[in-house]
Amino acid sequence: MRANKSMQWMFLAAALLALPSLAIAQQGEIHVGKVTGHSDAGKQLYFRFCWGCHGFRGDGNGENGPYLNILPRNFVAATFKCRSTPTGTLPTDEDLYDSVGRGFTNSNMPAWISLTKQQRADMVAFIKTFSPRWKTDKPGDPINVPAEPAATLDGIKHGKELFTKLECWKCHGPEGRGDGPSASTLTDSNEQPIRPYNFAEGSHFKCGTTNHDLYKIFMTGLDGTPMPSFADVIKPEDAWDLVHYLRTLQVNHKSPELALWMGTKEGAEFVKAQKVGGTPTGSGIKQ
Amino acid sequence: MFHWASSSMKRRVPWLASLLVCGFLVLAFLLIDSRSASALPVPAGKVYAIPAFGRKYGMPCSACHEAWPKLNNFGQSFKDNGYQMGNDRDAPIFQQPAYWPVSFRMTPQWHRQSVDRADITNPATGTPVEGRLTTHGFDLSGMDILTAGTLAKNISFLLVPAAGNDAVFAFESANVRFSNLLKSSWLNIKVGKFELDNMISEKRIMTLSDFGGYQIYHFQPATEFLPDGSFTPFYTFGMGDNQIGAEVSGHSKNSYTRYSAALLSGNDGSVGVPNGHGYDTYLTFSQAFEAGSLGLQRVGAFAYIGRAPTYLATSSLLTDGFGQKSFYRAGFFGLWYLKKLDFMTMYTRGGDNVFLGTGTPSFSPLPAGAQGPTWNAGFIETHYTVNPQFILVNRYELIRMSRQALPITPGVFEPGVSVPSANFGDIDSLVFGYRYYPFISSRAGFAFHNEYSVVRQRGVAPLSGKDLTNNSLFLGFDFIF
Repeated sequence: MRANKSMQWMFLAAALLALPSLAIAQQGEIHVGKVTGHSDAGKQLYFRFCWGCHGFRGDGNGENGPYLNILPRNFVAATFKCRSTPTGTLPTDEDLYDSVGRGFTNSNMPAWISLTKQQRADMVAFIKTFSPRWKTDKPGDPINVPAEPAATLDGIKHGKELFTKLECWKCHGPEGRGDGPSASTLTDSNEQPIRPYNFAEGSHFKCGTTNHDLYKIFMTGLDGTPMPSFADVIKPEDAWDLVHYLRTLQVNHKSPELALWMGTKEGAEFVKAQKVGGTPTGSGIKQ
Repeated sequence: MFHWASSSMKRRVPWLASLLVCGFLVLAFLLIDSRSASALPVPAGKVYAIPAFGRKYGMPCSACHEAWPKLNNFGQSFKDNGYQMGNDRDAPIFQQPAYWPVSFRMTPQWHRQSVDRADITNPATGTPVEGRLTTHGFDLSGMDILTAGTLAKNISFLLVPAAGNDAVFAFESANVRFSNLLKSSWLNIKVGKFELDNMISEKRIMTLSDFGGYQIYHFQPATEFLPDGSFTPFYTFGMGDNQIGAEVSGHSKNSYTRYSAALLSGNDGSVGVPNGHGYDTYLTFSQAFEAGSLGLQRVGAFAYIGRAPTYLATSSLLTDGFGQKSFYRAGFFGLWYLKKLDFMTMYTRGGDNVFLGTGTPSFSPLPAGAQGPTWNAGFIETHYTVNPQFILVNRYELIRMSRQALPITPGVFEPGVSVPSANFGDIDSLVFGYRYYPFISSRAGFAFHNEYSVVRQRGVAPLSGKDLTNNSLFLGFDFIF
């Protein structure tokens, strides 16, 4: 009987001792789908792939930082542009994982899609060790993205009105070329000049390529940049109209919205005017 | 076929002297101020590794290379995408005007080479003598000038003027690539001189000594040597040699799935068209798959089908090869990762037409009993990447003749008549070494390279027809900027 009790006490003591170590082990783990990322493995990957820009301490002060016109992300500040969570909150693990795989267009951050899922998850686990914020705050709840309605001409025209009303044009320019009157004054959280997105240039947005991604961008904002969240300003159905209108500004990217818009006289003239340019520069963009 | 040691340095050298020199070099290396390396909190041939890309994109060598020059899948993907990251900032219009996409690579070195049965005939007496010949000394490698990058979005180039250590230059590579045609990564076209799409790249080989190269990529049966017994095959072909032609290739976004098909001038990459009115074909396919925390595994297959002339015809205007006969090399390969330990495995089956195999012009009668030679070859190369700054390398390679071109008659090899044994010309090769990179940066690369290699080939000693063994010890300071 006494022996049994001793065993019970020993078992309890062992369990109590094991708990903190279990917690420590789990602290360096993240889960993306069926993949579990481990920070210790991610550390080795970070010091292979990432430190040149993001720095040894994850503060964005890598040896290449001074030479980049868009400074590398400061993981210590834990402010992230691409999120599915409301502005001001931490992103989900999936958000970070997607960002690593997608890269950031128009910056030096490439798409790391050629790394394995495990490697990308490991990287994310390690990135989260740089900021104490991950210990005190929880990621925000992903915003709800309602089902996308079919694009209509009326919707596109309504989106255009919103583009004016919400003063998107002040930064992005009246034609979406990133040349609005405020564009030259904008700075990011590093107090570096930042250029608003030029819709006429490419097919990729900063945080994805789909309409769903575009919806999330202006409903969550791009934290660390002047791009605010419009979640409190516009209703979801209005937001979709804005999405459909913004697609028509991408005159070099085929989309159903652009096709619809080009069926109108106004749209056809707009696209024609946008495509008139000078000599190709080899940038892939007709100036 | 491996290279011969220079016969101009016939002198026996005690091992002790060699060890002293090695010790001196290692000591000198240890005295290098490598404080920048200690700041890194990580526990601590001819090569295409291009720091100009590191400078352009601000990435350390280790981003694209497991340990340079060996590519990892990210580097492979970058190469497959026409040297583009795909972030809309690849075209030179986005670079500082002063950016110059040029890198240089060279390896000052000390090396010792030895062959056990060299022809060391005494010129005074004329008595044929076979004996050990050892050479050693400080030396230089050749130099590669690596220029590569994008000319415009989806149009890239690679130009590699390379010199031997005598500073005579040739174009190792010179090609233009059109990427993502029809907006698809599955259609890319490259034209010019380029390395065959070998996933186990000889241009990114991790061993540098004279006998440490891939035998498998250059093997030709010993019966193809010139009838005077000199070790120069009548026709030359190496899958490791860069070839001139056009290549169509494609890949998935992450380069897990890859294919390429090339149409090549049949002259082993030589400029000009002599011997080159025939065309060769090279096909390859590979598929990678993830294996959890072990890493990315890849398997693939390749086939090279070519034709080579059996005699040359010349006039005052033209030289050309005639009597074309066929040859092939085909096989499988695998890249296997067990976390920090990885293996590269390759199997190749080779075969030459009987005229090529015996060095017989197609208009001449074949030697009695001649047949097309065939052989099997393979290797396993192991790397243990302790961290991006230190890698251990080992490779064992073998080549086995499965069918000799000439009848087997025990005795000494008689060119054009017989071979002495069924295993005549078989090769066993072993190489091991390490590379240590005292710093990793996005500007330049530097490695201390130490390696030992030994190659034995059956029955090819020049006088006795016994086995011939070469070995090489190599210490080099491999730098690229």
